[in-house]
Amino acid sequence: MAEIKRIETPLTHEMVAGLKAGDNVLINGVVYTARDAAHKKMVEALSRGEALPFDVKDQIIYFVGPTPAKPGQVIGSAGPTTSGRMDAYSPTLLALGLTGMIGKGLRSAEVIEAMKKHGAVYFGAIGGAGALIAKCIVAAEVIAYPELGPEAVRRLIVKDFPAMVIIDSEGNNLYETGKAQYRRA
Amino acid sequence: MKEIHVDRIVEALEQLCLEANYDLGEDIMASFRRARESEASPLGKEVLDRLIENAQVAHDERVPMCQDTGMTVVFVEVGQDLHVVGGALTDALNEGVRRGYEKGYLRKSVVKDPFDRVNTGDNTPAVIHYNIVAGDRIRLVVAPKGAGSENMSALKMGKPSDGLEGVLQFVVDTVDKAGGNPCPPIIVGVGVGGTMEKAALLAKKALLRPVGEHHPEERLAKIEAELLERINKLGIGPQGFGGTTTALAVNLEVYPTHIAGMPMAVNIGCHSTRHKGVTLEGREA
Repeated sequence: MAEIKRIETPLTHEMVAGLKAGDNVLINGVVYTARDAAHKKMVEALSRGEALPFDVKDQIIYFVGPTPAKPGQVIGSAGPTTSGRMDAYSPTLLALGLTGMIGKGLRSAEVIEAMKKHGAVYFGAIGGAGALIAKCIVAAEVIAYPELGPEAVRRLIVKDFPAMVIIDSEGNNLYETGKAQYRRA
Repeated sequence: MKEIHVDRIVEALEQLCLEANYDLGEDIMASFRRARESEASPLGKEVLDRLIENAQVAHDERVPMCQDTGMTVVFVEVGQDLHVVGGALTDALNEGVRRGYEKGYLRKSVVKDPFDRVNTGDNTPAVIHYNIVAGDRIRLVVAPKGAGSENMSALKMGKPSDGLEGVLQFVVDTVDKAGGNPCPPIIVGVGVGGTMEKAALLAKKALLRPVGEHHPEERLAKIEAELLERINKLGIGPQGFGGTTTALAVNLEVYPTHIAGMPMAVNIGCHSTRHKGVTLEGREA
């Protein structure tokens, strides 16, 4: 296994340029959560000329809808959701300076183009490992859209959150290279 | 005639919702360990290690293994000689889901209307499949289904001329297109025959069969083995990061069909395909 890169948010363009598809990283610091309904609301807010609930510049959005925290827990199980459902919204946020997304699964050509154009990275976390991933989240606070319940926007503080760089800012894609390496079909 | 009070059904359902989300089946744990040995990709092995660890944490700490605790699918086999008393059976099943998801700190992932998309707040209603069977007992199986894998499922109304190869190609293509989305290594449920809804239901039920158990009919077991081999040559691997374990199992179910029909359905289950069941005995009225 290659060396593990430890990164501290905010995720600057300089840091983005240093991350390559296939890199194993540990993310530290603030990340924001948003999934389907929150993305829709954010993009609608922008279209009305309103501000986003947080400034996305140099930030990472984690596509997750956690389970409710049990007493004594910071957050419930919190693994990534399928990113492709956010494809319709991500380019708008990337244009505003969002530099990182954490999720699982394929992204559209439009998202990858926007990542290359604006300089951003797509990280994959292990889908379905929500109980384990929750242990890397040391703080969680709902900062917007509480009415959305599990889909509310949360500000998380993460410590050594494990992820892979799936798609880098040059458009290299681990899903393609990894599959090609083992494909015998 | 024997009787069962709905209160017992509510309690059983509540418990099954917790167990299904906290305790991964031993069949799947064993298949993770086997896959860990056979997987060619070091990164793939690493992913399998994390999945084993995740299931252990969920079990030990009584937390859901995945944040997507699913839409609750319930399979009910009701003995025709059993009388359910004290209320409506469907209401009891939904009440069990409501209590289980609240008490178990499970995520409420159901919206009341596909267009308005307002959360019902208690994960109801469940998707319930009833079957009337001989006897005087009731069997309840809870299978919470996450959307990541459900969304990658597919149905095709093929032609008889598609034949076996047409079905195999449809299954392999469906898995190939899904890539890393459904949380591989996946469990592939395949239903062939019947009508449109019958094929889909067969595919869903196929996911309940323990991993490692093959179809009792040898010719169908052979088709399962061939599909598994072809799928694992796709290279998708654990989490889609590349590797030789794209699926842990392919479970096929078939049913008689129309002279003009070849319905085929693929229901994809994630690596942690969840289901727990219990059989309840009635009491003499």
